Amino acid sequence: MRAVPTPSGFSDWRSTARGLLESGLHPRDVIWQREPEENLFFLNSKPEPGSPGQLKVPAAFMNMANTVSCHRSGDQWPLLYSILWRLVHGERHLLSIASDPEIHQLQTLAKHISRDCHKMHAFVRFRKVGESADTGREQFVSWFEPDHKIVRLNASFFRKRFTNMDWSILTPDECMHWDGEQIHYTPSVDKSLAPDSDALEELWKSYYKSIFNVARVKIKAMQSEMPKKYWKNLPEAELIESLLSSSSQKVHEMLVNTPSPEIPAPKNEYLNHLKNLPKE
Amino acid sequence: MNTQQKLEILADAAKYDASCASSGATRKDSSNGKGVGSTGGVGICHSYTPDGRCVSLLKILLTNVCLYDCHYCINRRSSNVRRARFTADEVVTLTLDFYKRNYIEGLFLSSGIVRSADFTMEQVVLVARTLREVHDFRGYIHLKTIPEASDDLIAQAGKYADRISINIELPQQESLKHLAPEKNLHRTREAMGHIREKIDEHAPMKGAPKREAFATSQSTQMIVGADASNDSHFLQRAGDLYNTFKMRRVYYSAFSPIPDASVRLPLKAPPLIREHRLYQADWLMRFYGYAVDEITTREQPNLDLDIDPKLSWALRNRDFFPIDVNKQPLEILFRIPGLGVRNAQRISEIRRYTQVRVADLIKIRVNLKKCLPFIITADHQPSRYELDSEKLRAIHAPPAQQLELDFATIQVPKTEVIGGEF
Repeated sequence: MRAVPTPSGFSDWRSTARGLLESGLHPRDVIWQREPEENLFFLNSKPEPGSPGQLKVPAAFMNMANTVSCHRSGDQWPLLYSILWRLVHGERHLLSIASDPEIHQLQTLAKHISRDCHKMHAFVRFRKVGESADTGREQFVSWFEPDHKIVRLNASFFRKRFTNMDWSILTPDECMHWDGEQIHYTPSVDKSLAPDSDALEELWKSYYKSIFNVARVKIKAMQSEMPKKYWKNLPEAELIESLLSSSSQKVHEMLVNTPSPEIPAPKNEYLNHLKNLPKE
Repeated sequence: MNTQQKLEILADAAKYDASCASSGATRKDSSNGKGVGSTGGVGICHSYTPDGRCVSLLKILLTNVCLYDCHYCINRRSSNVRRARFTADEVVTLTLDFYKRNYIEGLFLSSGIVRSADFTMEQVVLVARTLREVHDFRGYIHLKTIPEASDDLIAQAGKYADRISINIELPQQESLKHLAPEKNLHRTREAMGHIREKIDEHAPMKGAPKREAFATSQSTQMIVGADASNDSHFLQRAGDLYNTFKMRRVYYSAFSPIPDASVRLPLKAPPLIREHRLYQADWLMRFYGYAVDEITTREQPNLDLDIDPKLSWALRNRDFFPIDVNKQPLEILFRIPGLGVRNAQRISEIRRYTQVRVADLIKIRVNLKKCLPFIITADHQPSRYELDSEKLRAIHAPPAQQLELDFATIQVPKTEVIGGEF
């Protein structure tokens, strides 16, 4: 039996797992500690630093492991070690067995992460705070609350898309900043330090309101893709309630309105031209 | 009229176009540019409105002034809607301002027909050109084109856009003649053919020198329920467009009540479930290998609204079943009701190493209720009696509902979850 501290991230897990594997420790004999304090009571022994020997595992597994390392639950650490163990002990094709309980769990965790990343790409809302006196670059700040520790995983997406503006994404985990030269990270800050408005938001809300089709309300479809937990950081979400409450009345008006009479084709050169074009 | 008022009118005017796709563009980003933007990954839906549709692009008309009188359209010349017109600069500024705040993936620009097809296209192209060439915008651009516009203008649109589209609107020429007298099926198909040629000419080829940028796809839309066309007409037309022009997507838009509807339109909007079934049938054609003629029949030209078209096919072709999931090739697995493409692929992967059992299906979340009567697994054999039973359909068809008396609720299903348009 060996107790190991919770890895700080993917590379930490990898070196721990390598040591465990080399010591031949079966997954059931490893306890992945949840809290650092447990160290005081358990017979803790740091795994021997992994020797540079090659471990043959599929690249797909390492990619998955890297992704699920961001999961907030901590469930991924023992799971990853167990799958790693099985991969190198005769179950080379394990990843192909989607119905295996552990593979299923791995894919579920991976899905949580990819959905969380996707929602971060979608729902970050930048607010303009000014322009840099030195460079003249526009400066934007966003407050976002991801489910998992995915901030760094998404650095390159935001850097490549918004290369030519300065931006900061503040989260409860840590803050990420881009200044045109490099990304850097700082400890988390209180939400109150994020800007609370942007002049463009009124226009954005006008657009949201106008692109909504009152005649086809489907609340569940909306909520399954944009769950309520995100609403507090989306400026347009404050409109949802009023849009819904006024929709039936608006549809009713459309249905009872008398249609306008048809307007005959105006004398127009182009419409005449159309009439003379070949029809088949 | 200020920008906000124009935006309200010109977004309202654009919302009946169902397309919101922002995927499938050539990979590009701003790391070596001067502006903002990136494309090439999966599409991103930045918000959702209470109609369940995503907001991915700034979808607007340049103007809703229109010479045409398409009766299903809120912007037809006979409609009493308020009219507005954006300048090119207003659209450019809005797009960039929205993009920098991460509200959108890009712009979907369309326009009412003013003066002539070419005049209108020139204005639309000007917006795209300004975004790309003046502001080095690298986000997504979808431009609606007009079949009668000159080849040169369509080529320019393609140069700046990631996607271009022409709406075919209705599946048959007779319907167009009645409801959209200025439009013509033959001319629309011809223009789609030209666009396809241009997309192919510009498609990157391994080993060949880099080609000039051009849109990577075209799509189109049909309005459902405005004319007398049956589902077979819609699917035949969709099949024609997929096969002939390699259309990326055909969108189906159930016409919904609009302000100031034309007298030529039917009073009652079609049930949204019809649109949903058309999307399911479309999926069967594109991803499951079904031929158009398998999905509807001469006797039943309309899709069954109560059950999905795959189950419907299975019930008409019971001799095809049961299917042994451990033995049959992937394209046969695709025929199993309740089994999607992804899970069919998983099964064919799993069975290389181990016999597939019901427990495996449960673990990967297959719709067991739907598929069990049709399949054989290592530990399951369906009863021939059940497979032949008339009850099989009844299990999946919703019970006959009490006649709904409240007019408004018929028109506006409040909580129905209908997916499929993305």
